[in-house]
Amino acid sequence: MGGKKPYAVGIRRGVDDSFTAGAEPGACEAGPVTDADAETAEPLPAPLDRGLVFVTGKGGVGKTTVAAALGVLAARRGRRTIVAELARRDDVGRVLGSAGGEVGASDGSVFAEIEIADGLHVISIDPELAMEEYLLDQLPVRSLAGLLASSRTFGYLAAATPGLSELLAMGKVWELAQPTRRTPGSQPYDVVIVDAPATGHGVALLQAPSTFAAAASVGPIARQARTIAAMIDDPSRSAIIAVTNPSEAAVTETLELADLLAAGLGRGLDRVIVNGLAPRRFSTADDVLLAAAGLDRHERSAAVAMRIARHEHRRSVGQQRQLARLRRHVTPSPVTLPQLFVATPGPVEMTSLADLLERRL
Amino acid sequence: MTLHDRLGATSMCICVGSGGVGKTTVSAALALGLARRGQKVAVVTIDPARRLATSLGLQELDNEPRLVDPAILRAGGIELEGELWAMMLDAKRTFDDLILRLAPDPEAAEEVLSNRIYRELSSAVAGSQEFTAIAKLYDLHREGSFDTIVLDTPPSRNALDFLEAPRRLTQFFEGRALKVLLAPTGLAARVVGRGTGAVFAILSRVTGVDLVADLSVFFRSLAGLIDGFRERALGVQALLADPATTFLIVSSPERAPTEEAIFFASQLAAAELPLGGLIVNRVHRRGLGERTPAAIADALRDSLGDRLAARVAANAADVDVLVRRDRQAIARLSEALGESAPVIVGHLDHDVSDLAGLAEIEAQLFADPTDPDG
Repeated sequence: MGGKKPYAVGIRRGVDDSFTAGAEPGACEAGPVTDADAETAEPLPAPLDRGLVFVTGKGGVGKTTVAAALGVLAARRGRRTIVAELARRDDVGRVLGSAGGEVGASDGSVFAEIEIADGLHVISIDPELAMEEYLLDQLPVRSLAGLLASSRTFGYLAAATPGLSELLAMGKVWELAQPTRRTPGSQPYDVVIVDAPATGHGVALLQAPSTFAAAASVGPIARQARTIAAMIDDPSRSAIIAVTNPSEAAVTETLELADLLAAGLGRGLDRVIVNGLAPRRFSTADDVLLAAAGLDRHERSAAVAMRIARHEHRRSVGQQRQLARLRRHVTPSPVTLPQLFVATPGPVEMTSLADLLERRL
Repeated sequence: MTLHDRLGATSMCICVGSGGVGKTTVSAALALGLARRGQKVAVVTIDPARRLATSLGLQELDNEPRLVDPAILRAGGIELEGELWAMMLDAKRTFDDLILRLAPDPEAAEEVLSNRIYRELSSAVAGSQEFTAIAKLYDLHREGSFDTIVLDTPPSRNALDFLEAPRRLTQFFEGRALKVLLAPTGLAARVVGRGTGAVFAILSRVTGVDLVADLSVFFRSLAGLIDGFRERALGVQALLADPATTFLIVSSPERAPTEEAIFFASQLAAAELPLGGLIVNRVHRRGLGERTPAAIADALRDSLGDRLAARVAANAADVDVLVRRDRQAIARLSEALGESAPVIVGHLDHDVSDLAGLAEIEAQLFADPTDPDG
C-alpha cells in the first residue's frame, strides 16, 4: 500500500518528450503531480473501497475482462459487489461463467441483478429500461409512467435529447451504489464496478450528470443529476480505472484519457491497468543465438518455432518500451496483467487475474 | 479472388467492426492499396491515430481531405499510380459546418450554435458522430472527385447506430414530437392531441421546465434546417443502399469482436445491405504444426542448448493455443457470414504506426488468398 500517498494518478508532463521553455530540467524530478493539498488531506481509500468504480480505456484492450476480475477480487474481500455493463450483451456474465442471462428471471421491465458467485452480481443496464424505471420512480401513478414510456413522441424526443440516455444509465449505476435502494426489495451494494464504454464515450458518460445539471438548472432531473455528479466528482466515493494494453495506440489514448478527465471532470485516473503483457521469455542474448542458429539447418516445425520465438521477442521488446513510456507519465505505477494463452478467458482465468490484482491493487 | 478484384466497381467502402480490431489501420492500408493500383482514393477516419497521421505527413487534424504527399510515400518506398487523400473527421465541426450551410440565414445558424443544449451536449450526443460521419461521406460522394472513398467508422459500441442514424433522424423530423415542440403556442398548450399534451405535461414535470424549454428552443432553431437535414438523411440512406457501396467487416479473432462481427453481419442482411468482404486481422498463423513441444525441444537441443530449446518449444506451445483459437474463429466467421475466403492479416510483432507497417498490412490485404505462402 502506498502509505500516505493518495491514489490519484498524476500525469507527469515533459519527463522525456519535451521540456517547456524556461522549465528547469530538475523540476520534473520533484515527484508525481498529485492534489495540491495531498500532504494535508486524508489518504484516499483504495479504489475498490469506494462505492463506484468505473473501468474505461481504448476499445479492445480487455475492459470487460479487467472489470470482471476486479469484481471477483472485491467479492473475495467480502464486499457485496455488482459488475454493471451498459448494454444488453451479457459479456461480463459470460466471462464470469453465468449461463447467459437466464439465471435470474427478468420479466423484461425490471433490471435483473444476477448473483453468479458468493457476493458477486452482474447487471446489464439498458437505457430504455433505465428510462422506464426512472419514470416509474418519478411518477407515482403507474398509468402515467406507462403512457409516457410507451409514447412514440416521448421515445423520439428522449432519443433525440443529447446525453439523456447517458444520464439515465449513470442514474441507474448511482442507484445501485446507494445505501437505500430506490428499486423495491433490493439490497444495497458495497461496490459497483462499471464496465464503461471506450475512452471518448466513457468520458461523455462520466460528464453527463454534471452537464445535465448545468443545462437543466431546475426540476427533478437537475436535482438528480447534481446528486449523481457529486458522487462522480468525489474521489473518496468513486474511482476511475483505465485499462490499456502495451501498444503505442492504447498507451497514447490512456494519456489522452487522463487529460480529458482532468479537463472535463477536474480529476485524474486512479489507476492504470496494463492488460495482456507478453511474457519476457527471451533475452537479447537468446535472440542473437536464435538468429545465429540458422533456420534452414532445422526441420520445418523447429524452424517455425524459432521464428515464432524471435517474433514474440520483438513483440515483447516493443511492449516493454510502451510500458516504460506509460510508467514515465503515470503515477502510481501501472499494474500489469499477463497475456493469457487461452482461447476464451473464463472463470478460472478471472480467479487467477484476481489473485494477481490482489497483490498489486 | 483478391480483395482488389472483389471491390471491383465499389466507390464507397465502409469498414465496420468493434473497437480495437485495427479498423483504422486496415482502412488506411486498404486506401493505400487502391491508390497504388491507380485509383484516386480518400480515407476518412474518425480516430486521430496521430502517429499514423504523422507518418503520412498529416500533422494537422483537418476536416477536409488532404493529399498525402507522394514524396513522403516515395521516401517510404511506396509508388502510387493513383492518389491517396486522407482526412480526420471532426464530428463537432462537421455538425457546426452543416448547420452553417443549411441555415437560411446567419442569424438562424447563430441561434442553433449558441443554444445551450447544442453547445453543452452536442458533442456528447449518441449517434451524432455516426450521423456526421455519413453526412460528410454523402457530401464527399456527391462532389464526385474520388474513385473510391474508404470510411473508417466511429468506434461505436453498437454498429447499428451508424446504420440507423439517418433513418432515426428522418423519422424524428417527420414525427409529431418536433411538430409539437415547434407549435408556436408553446409546449402543452393547444397541441396536436390530448395524448401528446399529457406527454408534455408529464415530461415537464419529470425533467424540469427549464430543460424542456431549452430543448424546445433548440429544436425550434433547428426547424429552419429540417428540409436540408431530411434531404441529407434520405440521400445518405440511398447511398447506403447503392450497389456501388459496400461494407467490409473487420474483426480480430477474439471472442467479443467475433460475436460483434456476426451480429453486425446479421444487421446488414436484415437491412438488405451488401457485405463486401470479411477481413480478419491479427491472426496467429503458425504454432507447433503437428509436433509436440517435446519433439521441437529435441530438434533444437543441439543448436540452442537444453534451456533455450525448452523455452522456444514452450513459447510455440503457448502461441499454438492462439493459432487454434484463431482457426476456429475464422471458421465460425466464415460460416456465419457466408464468406468462404476471408482476407487474413497476420499478427505482427510491432505496432503499425509508420508507412512501412501500413505497407505490410496492405501487402497482406491485397494478397491472393489462394496463394499458400500468403
